[in-house]
Amino acid sequence: MSAAPDTSVLQDIADRVIAQARAGEQVEAFVSRDHETDIRVYEGSVEHFVSAQSEGIGIRVIRDGRTGFAYAGTLDPAAIAEVLAEARDNVEFGTHDEWAGLAEPDGVDVVEQELWNEALAGYSTDRKIELAKELERLTLGVDPRVRVDDSNYADVAVESAVATTTGIRRSGRENGCYVSISTLADDGDETQTGFGFSVGRSPEMFDLPKAAKEASDRATRLLGATKPASRRLTVVLDPYVTAMFLGVISSTLNGEAVAKGRSLFKDRIGDQVANPIVTLVDDPTNTLAYTATDLDGEGLAARRNVLMDNGVLKSFVHNSYSARRVGARSTGNAVRGGFKGTPGVGCLALQLMPGTRDQDALVADVADGVLIQSVQGLHSGVNPISGDFSVGASGLQITNGQVGAPLREFTIASTLQRMLLDVVEIGGDTDWLPMRAAGVSLVIRDITLSGA
Amino acid sequence: MIDQDVLERVLATAVRTGAEFAEVYAEDKRSTSVGLDDGRVEQVTSGRDRGAGIRVIKGDTTGFAHTADLSEAGLRAAAEAAAAAASQGGGGTRTIALTRGAERVVSPVLQFPDDVRKADKVAVLQRMDEAARSAGSSIVQVSAGYGDSRKHMLVANTDGVFITDQQVRTLVRVTAVANGDAGMQTGSQSAGHTMGFELIGHVDVEALARDAARQAITKLNARPAPSGALPVVIKQGSGGVLFHEACGHGLEADLVAKGGSVYRGKQGQLVASPLVTLVDDGTMSGEWGAIAYDDEGHASQYNVLIEDGVLTDYMWDYLRARKEGRPQSGNGRRQSYQHLPMVRMTNTYVLNGASEPGDIVRATEYGVYVAKLGGGSVNTASGDFVFGMTEAYLIENGEITEPLREGNLIGNGPQVLSDIDLLGNDFAMSNPGTCGKDGQGVPVGDGQPTLRVKSMTIGGTAA
Repeated sequence: MSAAPDTSVLQDIADRVIAQARAGEQVEAFVSRDHETDIRVYEGSVEHFVSAQSEGIGIRVIRDGRTGFAYAGTLDPAAIAEVLAEARDNVEFGTHDEWAGLAEPDGVDVVEQELWNEALAGYSTDRKIELAKELERLTLGVDPRVRVDDSNYADVAVESAVATTTGIRRSGRENGCYVSISTLADDGDETQTGFGFSVGRSPEMFDLPKAAKEASDRATRLLGATKPASRRLTVVLDPYVTAMFLGVISSTLNGEAVAKGRSLFKDRIGDQVANPIVTLVDDPTNTLAYTATDLDGEGLAARRNVLMDNGVLKSFVHNSYSARRVGARSTGNAVRGGFKGTPGVGCLALQLMPGTRDQDALVADVADGVLIQSVQGLHSGVNPISGDFSVGASGLQITNGQVGAPLREFTIASTLQRMLLDVVEIGGDTDWLPMRAAGVSLVIRDITLSGA
Repeated sequence: MIDQDVLERVLATAVRTGAEFAEVYAEDKRSTSVGLDDGRVEQVTSGRDRGAGIRVIKGDTTGFAHTADLSEAGLRAAAEAAAAAASQGGGGTRTIALTRGAERVVSPVLQFPDDVRKADKVAVLQRMDEAARSAGSSIVQVSAGYGDSRKHMLVANTDGVFITDQQVRTLVRVTAVANGDAGMQTGSQSAGHTMGFELIGHVDVEALARDAARQAITKLNARPAPSGALPVVIKQGSGGVLFHEACGHGLEADLVAKGGSVYRGKQGQLVASPLVTLVDDGTMSGEWGAIAYDDEGHASQYNVLIEDGVLTDYMWDYLRARKEGRPQSGNGRRQSYQHLPMVRMTNTYVLNGASEPGDIVRATEYGVYVAKLGGGSVNTASGDFVFGMTEAYLIENGEITEPLREGNLIGNGPQVLSDIDLLGNDFAMSNPGTCGKDGQGVPVGDGQPTLRVKSMTIGGTAA
């Protein structure tokens, strides 16, 4: 977050709350306000236009190792008083936990990031609408088989402030925008779908032709796809799919899951858990990352952490609570979803250190495989505790190093443990997607494909 | 929450620039949640969400703004923002006269959550924790959650609709982790109803926790699920999500209208096995998706979507019904006052067939018995769907035998619907669900009797 004069109002509110702390109490106040615009265009006209502002406060009180929390979606002074009273009351029902406590300043320097863009703040409504219309026009121009389901422009600006009785006091603001489009492609009775998007700190950073092309290609490439025969083979994951896969891996490296005995990697620090070519880093200070940030959800400096180094498990990610439980220091990985909850633990900007070759070269080495372009059911078919991995997928057949016919309605399965060891090669094509993990082409062998 | 004369003036403000329709949706919601993990009550959370969303429709454009300020000035400011968003000009004055709709109770509540001591809510979780841990020495971790909410809502629009309602929901969930020689396995259970604290007692929470533990322990000995196409028997009350995903979403009129559904233009046609009658029922008292009124002020309904395999109707909200010049079906729902309503399901279920559940298994030579399905998702345009089997067994020679590890099942909606060849007589509702669409989550229910699908693709790793 970048400091800005506007956020002083929110900081004052947070400061006033913690000033009311009683002896023996730790108090944290998190205050935020956001403004968002959401425009949807269909067939050249505006289907909906949403202009919305919301604000709220969450207050955490800890006393005698017991925690209580309350929130309200308003900054009305009477409501804030009620929230503090509720949080205090809720303390009574928590179980004593010797590790409970707020974060404390740890002396790690903040790497400042440019998170506020003035050009976006001043961008006119008409031009925002025009962007969504233009994306729709461009997409319809790529391929006659493609229809547009909806074309969208959205932006959000968030200001927030946090204050604790342990000495954390931070405020800042951040904004960003994106355009997205959903497509349908028809061929006879068959309909397939696609999507495209472009993100940026300001609309000047959009690449509309690329978003249009991807939205069109994603929908058309599956037309005429068939169901492949079941077998074991090598897969090449598209960067977008790899990013989703890394999202799953990140939950196994969550320090809280580890502390509670719920990670398949507990007790594995120092072990070779992945192929030696795998080096996995979480680095929110990398300005290229879409989720780059300077502070974590507890107000500590965001920082670079190496999680796997040449396949060896080096570290988990922690917030101050999970760190205290395992006798470590916070890695600056507290994640806060807004004022309605307390910070959890998570990776902020995960990246697989890239190799050197492009996707075509990776594919050229595969005799019998599939280029996986999309997966479905990650939330239902992957269990980060047992490691079972099974997802629906679609993609392109690879035969003797060449991509061929489209395939759909099949699953790919293995276990997370095996997949990390079965990594064959990492591409050199890192793609900074609007996710908490960067994309890169990834080759994994010995995957079970279930189809016809 | 807001006086009738204020609503009338705010709606008049909203249509002053010439819009055809305006609506105020206001809510005041209090919620409590408690989380227990690792043997500790981690935190009790109290929440308050209160505000109004104002929607203005002019031509094909919807303008929307929301505010946490429920004063007349705050509402008028939001009305003007929504009106400006919907239009760039025009004008005129309209007088709005609201008619208060009848009070309607679908799910009576005995014990409102705000009348129950927090200590009693916390104690429920401690009972569940203890029950799960005592289920076996291999249980190494338990987490449990309790949540309740009481929402007062109000809908008023320029067609004169004016209703108020309150929605009460209570839910418990539990997850157990078992540790064995081959690693860890998990089991989970939940129960949720549109009722108050009487849920505890209506549901045996200790039995629920023991069942979660039993699943985890059973899976310690599970073998890899098969890979490929096999007959699948789905236990009563565990697979309604199949119908929610495989055809429910495709029957939502907003998706149908834009040509994003495989069921477009199929009304009156056979789209499923003649055994199948599918209903979406917002009036099913006490069930998770039950509502007295939808979030556009339309009374909930019992809607038959597929009758004896023939597609009878889609589900409708205000916008789509208006476009087609037909009545709404009580399916206009939204996550909160900060969201626009759209077509959503309520409780979606398949009515009973005639087969005995035991006969369905006996009639299956080799296949998979799914005792619990996890979440799923569907591509409504192609009909391809996927969902997780969180508890499944092999069927060999007409008998349920070994437990299987987790994996996804995939299929194509229309294909699976016509491949249902046996339907049981043991209807039951499933666990409470949250349905996500376009970034909004709403509570839904689903259910079905035991049934068999001739062939589905099992995404396991075994040959």
